[in-house]
Amino acid sequence: MIGIIRYGAGNIFSLTAALERLGIAYGMVHSEADFEHFDRFIIPGVGHAGAAMSKLEHSGLVNKIKSLQKPTLGICVGMQLLTAHSEEGDAAMLNIFPIQTKRFADSAEYKVPHTGWNRVNHEIANPLFANIPNGSHFYFVHSYFIEFNPAFTLASTDYSTKFSAAIYKDNFYAVQFHPEKSGRYGEQLLTNFSNI
Amino acid sequence: MLSKRIIPCLDVKDGRTVKGINFVDLRDAGDPVELAWNYSEQGADELVFLDITATHERRKTMVELVKSVARQINIPFTIGGGINEIADADALLNAGADKISINSAAVRNPALIDELAKAFGVQFVILAVDTRRVGDQNLVHLNGGRIATEKDTFEWILEAEQRGAGEILLTSMDHDGTKGGFDNVFLKKVNDAVHIPVIASGGAGSVQHFVDVFEQTNVDAALAASVFHYGEILIPDLKAILSQHQIEVRQVFN
Repeated sequence: MIGIIRYGAGNIFSLTAALERLGIAYGMVHSEADFEHFDRFIIPGVGHAGAAMSKLEHSGLVNKIKSLQKPTLGICVGMQLLTAHSEEGDAAMLNIFPIQTKRFADSAEYKVPHTGWNRVNHEIANPLFANIPNGSHFYFVHSYFIEFNPAFTLASTDYSTKFSAAIYKDNFYAVQFHPEKSGRYGEQLLTNFSNI
Repeated sequence: MLSKRIIPCLDVKDGRTVKGINFVDLRDAGDPVELAWNYSEQGADELVFLDITATHERRKTMVELVKSVARQINIPFTIGGGINEIADADALLNAGADKISINSAAVRNPALIDELAKAFGVQFVILAVDTRRVGDQNLVHLNGGRIATEKDTFEWILEAEQRGAGEILLTSMDHDGTKGGFDNVFLKKVNDAVHIPVIASGGAGSVQHFVDVFEQTNVDAALAASVFHYGEILIPDLKAILSQHQIEVRQVFN
C-alpha cells in the first residue's frame, strides 16, 4: 500500500482520484509512526519549493524521509524537494540527489511556466517506464526544473534546455510531470510504481 | 518539443452542459463528466468548463462538478465563471481543478490576479479576456462581449502578466460564432509580446483555421466549442492534419 506523505503542501485530490481509478490502495502519512504501515511512498507537492521545504521541516519528517529504504516517488515540487538546492526561494532541499533545481530562463520563444504536454525520452531503462513508449507525452506545469545529470536522469525532456523529467537513485524515484494528469501513460507510470 | 494544445470548452449550467451536443454514442449528452471523458478519449489535451450558473448555490454546484470531473478524467482541466475571491479559488483547487480562469472579476479588481498568484502560484491562474474592436482599438468587453469597458485589451494583458497571470485565454468577440477563423493578427501581436502561454479562442470553423492560428501566431493552444460539440471536427482528424503541417501535437492511440 502507498503512503502519501502529508506535510501541508498542495492538494492531492487528483492524485488520490487517479489511484482510486487504478485500484491502487493508499493511505496518509502524517507522522513518523505512520511510515511502518506502508511499503512505498509518494511525496506530492505543488507551489513554491522553498515554502514546501519549510513546511516539510515543520512536519518533523525530514530525517525519516532521508532514511527511507522503501520505494519513494516524488512528484513535481515533491521531486524538487529531493534535490540539493532550489533557486525558488534560494532554499536548501533534502539533498538525496546532489543536483540542482533551477529556474527556466525568461524567453519569448520558450514561455515560463513550461505548460502542457511534452515528450519524455528514456535515458536509462527502468521498470518505472515499463510499457510506456520512448518519447511519450506527459503533462508538465512548472517554472523550475532539475538539471540533466547522466548519473541520475532516468528520462529527459527538451525545452529551452534539456532537463530531468524523471530521476532515480537507489529506492528514490521522482518525476517533474504530473502522472495523475498525463492520460493513460501517466496512469501506467503510477501502476508501474505500485509494482516496483 | 512542447505540443500545441487542443482544448474543447464546455458551457455548464446547474451541473449540466448547455450547448447542443451531437455525439451519437453518448448516453447522456448533458452530463459534463461523460462528455469530458469522451473528449479525453478522443485526444483533447485539456478541457475548459465555463460555469454559467447564476444562483446563490453556484459555488457548491461548481465544486461538485469539479470533484466529479477530477475523479474520472485523467487530463488537466480549468474551471471558470463567477470566481470573485480567494475562497472561491481555494474551494475549486481543493476539489481537484488544475487551473481557474477569471475574467470580469479581474477587470473590476485587478489586484485579484496578484492575490491568486501569490496564494496558489501563477500556474493556477488563467486570465480570460473577451475583446472586441472599437474603431482601431481592441477593448476589453464583459458579459460575453455585451458590455464594453474602456480598457485597452493589449495593455490589460501586459498588466495581467505583470500581476501574475500564468496564462492568457483570449477570445475575439468579433470572430466568436462566425466560424470564419481566429483573429490571427491580434493573437500574434499578443503572443509576441508576452512570455506566458496564450490560448486562442473565437472563430474556429474548420481544420484549416487551427493550422492557420498555429502557423501564423505560434500561440500555445486553441480552444473551440461548437465545432467539437457538433462533431464537425473530430480531434484525431484535426491532430493528424496539424501533424502533417509539422505542428507538434500529442497523438493518442487507443
